[in-house]
Amino acid sequence: MFDLLILVAVILGLIAIAKVIQVLELANNVKGTSSYIVSEKDNRTQARLMPVFLISYFAFIIWQVVKWGDEMLPVSASEHGVVIDQLMNITWMIIIPVFILTHIALFYFAWKYAYDKNRKAQFYAHNSKLEMLWTSIPALVLLILILYGLSVWGDVMAPLTEEDDPIEIELYSRQFDWTARYPGEDGVFGKSDVRLIAGVNMLGLDSTDENAWDDKYVKAEFHIPVNRSVQFYFRSQDVIHSAYMPHFRAQMNCVPGMITQFNFKPTITTAEMREITGNPEFAYYLLCNKVCGAAHYNMKMEIIVESEEDYNNWMNEQKEFMEYGKYSFSNEKNDINKEVLAKSTEAETKNSAL
Amino acid sequence: MSGAAHHHQDNDFLFKYIFSTDHKMISKQFFITGSFMGLIGMFMSTIFRLQLGFPGESFPFLESFMGNWAPDGILSPDKYLALVTMHGTIMVFFLLTAGLSGTFSNLLIPLQIGARDMASGFLNMLSYWFFFISSCIMIASIFVEGGPASGGWTIYPPLSALPQAIPGSGFGMTLWIVSMALFIVSSLLGSLNYIVTVFNLRTKGMSMTRLPLTIWAFLTTAVIGVLSFPVLFAAVLLLFFDRSLGTSFYLSDIYIAGSALEVDGGSPILFEHLFWFLGHPEVYIILLPSLGITSEVVATSSRKPIFGYRAMIGSILAIAFISFLVWGHHMFVTGMNPFLGAVFTFTTLLVAIPSAVKVFNYLTTLWKGNIKFTPAMLFAIGLVSTFITGGLTGIILGDSTLDINVHDTYFVVGHFHIVMGLSGAFGMFCGIYHWFPKMYGRMLNKNMGYAHFWLTLISSYGIFFPMHFLGLAGLPRRYYSNTEFPMFDNLYDLNEIVTWFAILAAFAQVLFLFNVLYSMFKGPKAPQNPWDSNTLEWTTPVEHIHGNWPGEIPEVHRWPYDYSKVDENGDYIGGADFIPQTVPLGENERDEGH
Repeated sequence: MFDLLILVAVILGLIAIAKVIQVLELANNVKGTSSYIVSEKDNRTQARLMPVFLISYFAFIIWQVVKWGDEMLPVSASEHGVVIDQLMNITWMIIIPVFILTHIALFYFAWKYAYDKNRKAQFYAHNSKLEMLWTSIPALVLLILILYGLSVWGDVMAPLTEEDDPIEIELYSRQFDWTARYPGEDGVFGKSDVRLIAGVNMLGLDSTDENAWDDKYVKAEFHIPVNRSVQFYFRSQDVIHSAYMPHFRAQMNCVPGMITQFNFKPTITTAEMREITGNPEFAYYLLCNKVCGAAHYNMKMEIIVESEEDYNNWMNEQKEFMEYGKYSFSNEKNDINKEVLAKSTEAETKNSAL
Repeated sequence: MSGAAHHHQDNDFLFKYIFSTDHKMISKQFFITGSFMGLIGMFMSTIFRLQLGFPGESFPFLESFMGNWAPDGILSPDKYLALVTMHGTIMVFFLLTAGLSGTFSNLLIPLQIGARDMASGFLNMLSYWFFFISSCIMIASIFVEGGPASGGWTIYPPLSALPQAIPGSGFGMTLWIVSMALFIVSSLLGSLNYIVTVFNLRTKGMSMTRLPLTIWAFLTTAVIGVLSFPVLFAAVLLLFFDRSLGTSFYLSDIYIAGSALEVDGGSPILFEHLFWFLGHPEVYIILLPSLGITSEVVATSSRKPIFGYRAMIGSILAIAFISFLVWGHHMFVTGMNPFLGAVFTFTTLLVAIPSAVKVFNYLTTLWKGNIKFTPAMLFAIGLVSTFITGGLTGIILGDSTLDINVHDTYFVVGHFHIVMGLSGAFGMFCGIYHWFPKMYGRMLNKNMGYAHFWLTLISSYGIFFPMHFLGLAGLPRRYYSNTEFPMFDNLYDLNEIVTWFAILAAFAQVLFLFNVLYSMFKGPKAPQNPWDSNTLEWTTPVEHIHGNWPGEIPEVHRWPYDYSKVDENGDYIGGADFIPQTVPLGENERDEGH
C-alpha cells in the first residue's frame, strides 16, 4: 500500500513538473526566447563549463590516486611479476600523457571556439601530411609496445626446464573451493578420473595407479617455498573457474576436460610481505576469477610462501593419499581397495628397503 | 483524422502504429522498445550496485517487489548474478545493438541517402517484430522458476549448460537461448535490409563518397552484424543441443551435484571461440553507429566540415576489418597456446591506430570551428572523451602480458563500460537530441538536455573511473561482495562512492525520459531544418509522410560537409554557413568529398 502511495506521488510529481515546464515555455514565447534554440548565453555558459569540467575531471582522478593509491596491489611477489609491472609502468607512461593532452585539446578547443556570430569557422577539410603524421606516430609507438610486450610474454609463458628444478602443484577447482595436490615423493601425479570421485577421494584419484599413492592434497591453504619455481597445473571438475593469484601476477583458467598450466617463482615470503606492507595480517590469496555460481565471491585459498625448510616440514605433516585409503575408502570400491592396499604395503616395503 | 478516412480508423491505427512498414515508424518502435529495455537494464544495475556499495545491508523495499530474490531486503547471491547477467544482456544487445542501430539505421538510411523507404518494408517490419518478441521472451525469463540466465552475459558453459550448477541455468537459460535466436533473426533481417538499401536506393548524385559518415557507419555495422551474428547463432544452437539433447560439444569430464555426467570429448573453449567471434565485433556494432552519429553532429555543430572525411571512412572500414581478427584477446588466460596470444595481442593493438586517427580528426574538426552547444553536441564531446579514456586502457587489456593480472577484474568492467557502454549511450543520446525533431516533429527542451548531459557525464565517470582502481587492487568482477577477502577490506568506501554515482545517473535518466515523453506530445513544433544541416533528411516535410518526399526525390550535388565554405572574398558561398547537398556546385567550386 505504501509503495502504491509512493508511485502515485511520483506520477503526480511528474505531472506537476510537466505543468511547470509548460508555463515556462509559454513565458518563453511571450519573451520571444525559445526552449530549444541555443542562445548566445547558452553557448557562453556551456563553453565555460568545458574547462571547469576538465579541471574537475583531472582533480577527481588525482584525488583517487592519492586516496586509493595505497590500496593497489603491493610490489610483485614473483620474479616475472616484476617484469610485468615494469611493462605496466611504461605503458602508463605512454597512456597518461596522451590522455592528458587529448583531453586538454578537446575541452580547450570546445571552450575557445564557442559560437561567435562575428567569426567564421575555418573551412578545413583535410590535410594529408597531418593525417599521415597521426597515423604513423601511433603506429610506431604501438609497434614498440607490441614488441616489448611480446618479448615479456614469451618469457612469462616459457615452459620450465629441468634446470629450474620446479616443484609441481595441481590446483583443482570445483564449486566452491580449491584443492591443491602435490605429487609426493615420486614426483609424479597419479591418474585421476571424475568417475572415481567418492568420499574423501575428492579428486577422483585412480587408486590402481601407483603414482597416486603418495600424492598429497590439501584444502584451505597451500604452501610453496620461496625462490624456487613452481609449475602449476589447473583442473576443474564442474564449471570453468579461474585461478587468480594477483600478488604473483598470475592467472589461468581451470577448464573441465583439460589441464592448463602456468609457472612462476615466488620471491617474497608471507612474513617478508607483512613487513613490506606494514600489515601484520597480510596473506596471499588464490581467488576464483571466473563466475562459477552463487558462492563465486567466496571461493578462496590462502597461499603461504615460506623458506624451503619450513615448506619441507609442513609437507611432511601432510597425509598421503594411501593413508586415507587405509581408513576410509568407501565400501563400493572395496575390491579395488583391497588390491590397492596390498600393493601399497608392497610399495612401502620397497620404499623402506631403498 | 479527416472524415473521409474515418471508417478506416481502426485499421489505420493498426497499420500506422503497429504493423507499419514505414521505416520512420519502425525506427520509433525500435527506439521505444529499446529504451524501455534500457531502463530495465539500468534499474537492475542500480539494485545490484546497492548490494555492492552496501554489502549485507538490508533494504526492505527490495523485498517488497522482489520477494524471495531479496529475503529480508538483502539481494541473494544467485539473484545478484541473475541481475548482472540480465543487465549485460539487455544493455549490450537490446539497448545498444537493436535500440541504437534499429532506431538510427532505420530512420536515417532512407532519409539521408534519398530513398522512399527501405528496400523491403516488410522484412523491416518483421525485423522489429522479431525483436519485440525476443524482448518479451527475455523479460519473461525473469519470472520463471529458478530465475533468468545467471552465468554472465557471456553464458560460458558448463555453467550455462548445467541446471545443477546454478538455478538460472534451468528454464531461464532456455528462454535466453530462444530469445537470442529470435534476436539474431531480427538483427539479420535488419542488417541485410540496410546493406541492400544503401547499395541500391541512393538518389541521383549520391555517390558513396557523398554519403554522410552516419551512413558509412551504419552500413559497415550491418556488414559486421551479418558476418558475426550467425556465428553466435551456431554457438547457442550447440549449447541448446548440449542442454536439451544430451550432446557434449562443450562438456567433458564433469562431476557435479554428487554424480559424474555421461559427457565426454567436448570443450568449453570451443564455445568461447564461437562466442567471441561475435562478441568482439559486437563491440564495434555498438561503437560504429555512435561514431557515425557523433561525426555528423560534431561537423554540423562546429559549422565546419568533418576533418579527413576519407580517413574517417577508411578508419571505419579498418576497425571493422580488424574487429574480426581480435576475438582471442578475451581468452588470453584460457590456456590458449601462447603463440596465439601473441598474434591476438598484435592484431588487437592495431585497432588503436584507426581509433587514434578518429580522435585526432574529431579534435581537428573542433579546432577553429564555431561551436553551437546543442545538447547533441555536448554528448558528442562527451563521446570523444569517453572514447579516449576507455580506448587508452584497452592498450593495457589488449596486451596479453598485462592482461594476466587485470583480466576479469573491475579494470575490465571500467574499461568496457567507458569505451563501449558510455560511448554507445552517448552516441545514442546525441542522436536522439539531434534527430528528435525528425522523429516526432517536435523539439526537446534544451535546458533539461543540458542538465541531463552534465549529470550523466559526471555520474558516468563517477561510476566507472574508480573501477580501474578496484581492478588494480585485484578485485574480480561479478563478485557478490568484497567482504570475504581481507585484502579488499579498504575498498568499501570506493564501492560506496560508485553506488552513489550510479543512483545519481539513474535519476539523470529519469530527467531524459521525462523530456522525451513530454516533448513527444507537448514540445514546440520543429522547424524544417533546426540545426542548419546539409543532409537530405532535413529536406523532407516535418510531418511524416509515406515515401518521405511529396514530389521528386531531390538530386544530390555535393558532399554533406560544406559548412562555412567561403569564396575568394571570404564570403559564405550561398550566403549562409551551410550549403545543403541539394544545391548544385558553383562554377569554381570544388566537390570536397571526391
